[in-house]
Amino acid sequence: MTDTPAHAPAPLPATLSLGTETDRLEVAMGPHHPSTHGVFRMDVVLEGETVVKLKPVFGYLHRNHEKIAESTSYLGSMPYTDRLDYFCSLTNNWAYALAVEKLTGLQPPERAEYLRVITAELTRLQNHTCLIGFLVQDMGALGTPLMYAFREREKILDLFEQLTGARMMCNYMRFGGCRCDAPPGWLDRVQQVVAEYPRFLDEYEKLFTENEILMARTQGVGALPAALAVNAGITGPMLRASGVNYDLRKVDRYGIYDRFQFQVPLGDHGDVYDRYMIRLLEMRESVKILQQALRDIPSGPVMDPKAKIRGFRPKPGEAYGRIEAPKGELGFYLISDGGPNPYRYRVRPPSFINLTVLEDMCVGHKVADVVIILGSVDIVLGEVDR
Amino acid sequence: MPMENLEQLTQRLTAAIPGARLTLLPNPSPAQQPSLLVDCEHAVAVARFLRDDPACRFDYASNVTGVDWLDKTVKEKTRVTRMVDGVERIFEETREHIEPGHLEVVYHLYSMELRHGPLVLRQRTANRGPGARVASLTPVWRSCEFQEREVYDLFGVIFDGHPDLRRILMWDGFEGHPMRRDYVEPDDYEYEPTPHDQVLEKARRHYPPAASQEQEGKS
Repeated sequence: MTDTPAHAPAPLPATLSLGTETDRLEVAMGPHHPSTHGVFRMDVVLEGETVVKLKPVFGYLHRNHEKIAESTSYLGSMPYTDRLDYFCSLTNNWAYALAVEKLTGLQPPERAEYLRVITAELTRLQNHTCLIGFLVQDMGALGTPLMYAFREREKILDLFEQLTGARMMCNYMRFGGCRCDAPPGWLDRVQQVVAEYPRFLDEYEKLFTENEILMARTQGVGALPAALAVNAGITGPMLRASGVNYDLRKVDRYGIYDRFQFQVPLGDHGDVYDRYMIRLLEMRESVKILQQALRDIPSGPVMDPKAKIRGFRPKPGEAYGRIEAPKGELGFYLISDGGPNPYRYRVRPPSFINLTVLEDMCVGHKVADVVIILGSVDIVLGEVDR
Repeated sequence: MPMENLEQLTQRLTAAIPGARLTLLPNPSPAQQPSLLVDCEHAVAVARFLRDDPACRFDYASNVTGVDWLDKTVKEKTRVTRMVDGVERIFEETREHIEPGHLEVVYHLYSMELRHGPLVLRQRTANRGPGARVASLTPVWRSCEFQEREVYDLFGVIFDGHPDLRRILMWDGFEGHPMRRDYVEPDDYEYEPTPHDQVLEKARRHYPPAASQEQEGKS
């Protein structure tokens, strides 16, 4: 007996050296696969267990959102934007409202701007929390971490329900403001949730950040070089994990983001572990923004008095408005011909464009890693397929 | 960092790329995003210049989309003098002519390095029929890959030089381009040719007419 340690793989027999020819195997992962986060297919070509080629196939949820929006009034598609990225309806609302405000020149009042920041940052908190839960679930930690994430998300969804009347399909923002003011005591409840959040993040981080399995599965997996990320239009936490400092809250300073002190976390390797870490750090920054916004929020109206609900017809022209949604740059491009409906309505979906480099990230890795890499991209099929 | 103004940029572009036909299109909305129309032959060269020039550095093509402009009937009133009973009289005539429609592909470019933008770049097709072709900018910016495929799928614009031009959201056997303004949806999306009618036809031929009438009478 040789003294090989028990966990070392058994040496290969001489006939089965590493030069063994294997057949190429084509596997369709999806459209019904628990790791694809929806109805999404990846046609993978495998050499043994290694990915040689990967083509994403989507459109299963396509309902031509843009055509529907072009045949209804401007306001009519506001509730429909909730359904794009159904995890983050409030940031979708904001991006659309921002584009229309650019088209018409409406200006939301102070209090509405603060309410927008508060709801958007709460959305970012719950999106990133759930994403990490899903990511570790993809790694095999079934149930428990995701349930922790959903427990925290529930607290935020309760706040959304108290503010807007709906947990997920909020339909809260309007052109030139917000639909309604916060109910009495709501801001105190937000304050309470925000104050408790860092403790949860500490607990969450204690579970994962130095977890051996998570580190082994994610470090060095799915690395994305910065130059490719920029050229391929990758945005959001994925771009910043590759080390590119581009956060629209700092670059465009839309809304009132120039008033808050916060930092933009950056990664160095661009692998799955960095993407996980960036999201954790971003949540801590969001908590900072929320604390400042809750401290400074003024009282006052929440709608621009010039905003019209009926007979809303922007003058002819076009505008492109974009915000930093939790998944990346969410933009809306509108062309008005002076009529009550937009002549052209376009959504620039971040998770759709972030899939461009899925093949580049996966080639050379094992098929089990594809699941984690896709999980770290953070896609929602409602937005990819529109 | 503010971007140089579009007139200067156009001048520099025409100097750097001889033969490029560039037009500035104003945008009357408060957004102040005018656009630059470029001809399809020089689009790739212009895009390369915009990406690599040190003052531009538009390294990030954010949004790519199509716009469908239908044929427009333009009415013009003209005054015509005619001889009526030996007297010259002036008539007003309305003449109609059709301005041919076209498809447009719109690119929103930003610079991540210099943090400016957007620059709105446009390409126009010759017509809405078989000439609906523009140059693909995917060789310059990878981010155009899926978005140009989407424009091809939904608008029917063919991108010359695209590495993998296939339908992306609609299925492969789909006919037509649903985002065109004149697209008419079929009555029944679920229609599938089934052998149902053929089976009925066979059954009708199998039983002679008299027998089937007899059967009907019995029931």
